[in-house]
Amino acid sequence: MREVGRQPLRHFLGVEGLSRETLTEILDTAEGFMAFGSRAVKKVPLLRGRTIVNLFFEPSTRTRTTFDLAAKRLSADVLNLNVEASSTRKGESLLDTLWTLQAMNCDMFIVRHGLSGAAAFIAAHVAPGVRVINAGDGRHEHPTQAMLDCATIRRHKGRFEGLSVAIVGDIAHSRVARSGIHALRTLGVEDLRVVGPKTLIPVGIEELGVSVYHVLERGLEGVDVICGLRLQQERMQGALLPSAAEYYRCYGLTPERVARAKPDAIVLHPGPINRGVEIESQVADGPQSTILEQVNIGIAVRMAIMSLAMGSNAGLAEDA
Amino acid sequence: MQQEGRIIQDVVQVAGLLDQMAEKIAERALACNRAPLHMIGVRTGGLWVASALHRRLGLASPLGELNIAFYRDDFSQLGLHPSVAPSNLPFDVEGAHILLVDDILYTGRTVKAALNEIFDYGRPASIMLAVLLDRGGRELPVAADITGVTITLEPGEQAKLTAADELSLRLFQTA
Repeated sequence: MREVGRQPLRHFLGVEGLSRETLTEILDTAEGFMAFGSRAVKKVPLLRGRTIVNLFFEPSTRTRTTFDLAAKRLSADVLNLNVEASSTRKGESLLDTLWTLQAMNCDMFIVRHGLSGAAAFIAAHVAPGVRVINAGDGRHEHPTQAMLDCATIRRHKGRFEGLSVAIVGDIAHSRVARSGIHALRTLGVEDLRVVGPKTLIPVGIEELGVSVYHVLERGLEGVDVICGLRLQQERMQGALLPSAAEYYRCYGLTPERVARAKPDAIVLHPGPINRGVEIESQVADGPQSTILEQVNIGIAVRMAIMSLAMGSNAGLAEDA
Repeated sequence: MQQEGRIIQDVVQVAGLLDQMAEKIAERALACNRAPLHMIGVRTGGLWVASALHRRLGLASPLGELNIAFYRDDFSQLGLHPSVAPSNLPFDVEGAHILLVDDILYTGRTVKAALNEIFDYGRPASIMLAVLLDRGGRELPVAADITGVTITLEPGEQAKLTAADELSLRLFQTA
C-alpha cells in the first residue's frame, strides 16, 4: 500500500494539484528508466500485451515519437493516430472516434489536442480500466514536458530548494510554462521568475507564486536554470508582437544574456527551437544547453508516467 | 511492509554461513571451470549478501546490482514498486560466467525475473544461483546451486534480512 500524500496516478491530465510526493515518485521512477537507452535490449516487459494509442489532434514530432518509443520500451503495442488527417475530417465526433478505439480494447490513450480540457473530457468518458495521459491540451497543460524539465533540472542540480529558475518567453500561450510553474513550485523552487513582454504574460500570474520580469537581463540575473519557450506564432491572434526580429532583439537568449545567470546555469528548451527568434545557435548548441539531453530524459519520464498510471489499476480503490 | 509477529528464530551465525558459502562458491567455480566469475546481487537483501561474498572471494570483476522491479510478474496486481534504483551491471554480460546472489529463495519468481533481466543485457555463458536462506515454497522450477541454510517456513511465516552493523536474519510469524 502506498503512503498518504502519494496519490495513485490513474490518469495524468495535469501537474496542478498533484502532491510533491507524487511528482517525486515520477522523477524517482524515471531515474530507474534512464539507464535503458544504453543497454543492448532497451525494453522491459512491464506493459507487455497492453495497447497504447497515441491520439494526436495536433501536429507533434518529439512528443509523439518519444511517447511512441517510451511505450515500445515498456513492451506495449502502439497505435499512432494522426486524427487531424483522419475520421474527424469525415465528420466523426471526438467521442465516436474514442468509442471506436475503445471497442478495439485499447488500454491507454495519449492525447494531444488544441483545446484546453480535451484530455480531461476524454478521461471522463473512457471505460473504467482505461488510462488517459495528457500530451498537451490547448493553453492548459503539458504535464509530461514539465516533468521531463524537472527531471533534467534534478539531474544537473540535484535539488529544487534554493534554486532560482527563470521561464523566458511566450508565457501566455504556453502550456509548458503553466505545467512547469505548478511542478517547480510544488517541488520547492522558491525563486521562480517569468520573463517576457507584457503582451505575452497573463495578468495575475503572480498568484501562482512567480515573480514577473519584463527586462530579460534583469530576469536572468543570478539564476541557476533558464527555461526557454518557443514563440507560438500559430496560437497568436492579434498584434502581440511587432515582429520576430524585434522579439529576438529584446528577448532572444544570447550568450551575453545567458552570462548574467550563474556560471553553471543550464538552458532548457522544450523544442522545437526557433534559432534566431527565441534562442541563438551559440546558446542552443553550447555547453550549458540541455536541449538534446531533454529528449532522452523525456523518454524515461514518459515510461515512468505510463507505468505508474497503468500499474495503479492494481488493488487500489482509486477507480471510485 | 508486514508487521513482525512472534519471533521464531534469530539466525545469528550469518557471518559463518557467508564464510561457508564463499568456500563452496570457490570450489564450484573451480570445479566447473567458471572463471572469471562475475557476481550480481539482487536489490536490496541480495546485494548485501553479494557484497559480503564479493569481499570474501576477492573477485576482480566489480559487483553488479540488479533491480528487478521492471521485470516482476505481479505488476498487474501490485503496480510498480516504489523507489526503483536502476540496475547496474559494470561488466559485459555476453559470454560471462555469472553468480546470481539473493538473500531468500521462496517462490522462485524473483529469480525468474532476474534471469529475464540479465538476458536483456546479453547472453551469459552460465549462471549459478547462491542464496543465504532457502525457505521452501517454490512455485517455479528453480533451485539454488549454493545455499547458506535451508529452513522450511510455512506460508504465514516470514524471513527478513537486515543490515545494521552486520547482517542478521530473523524468522518470525506475520502478525
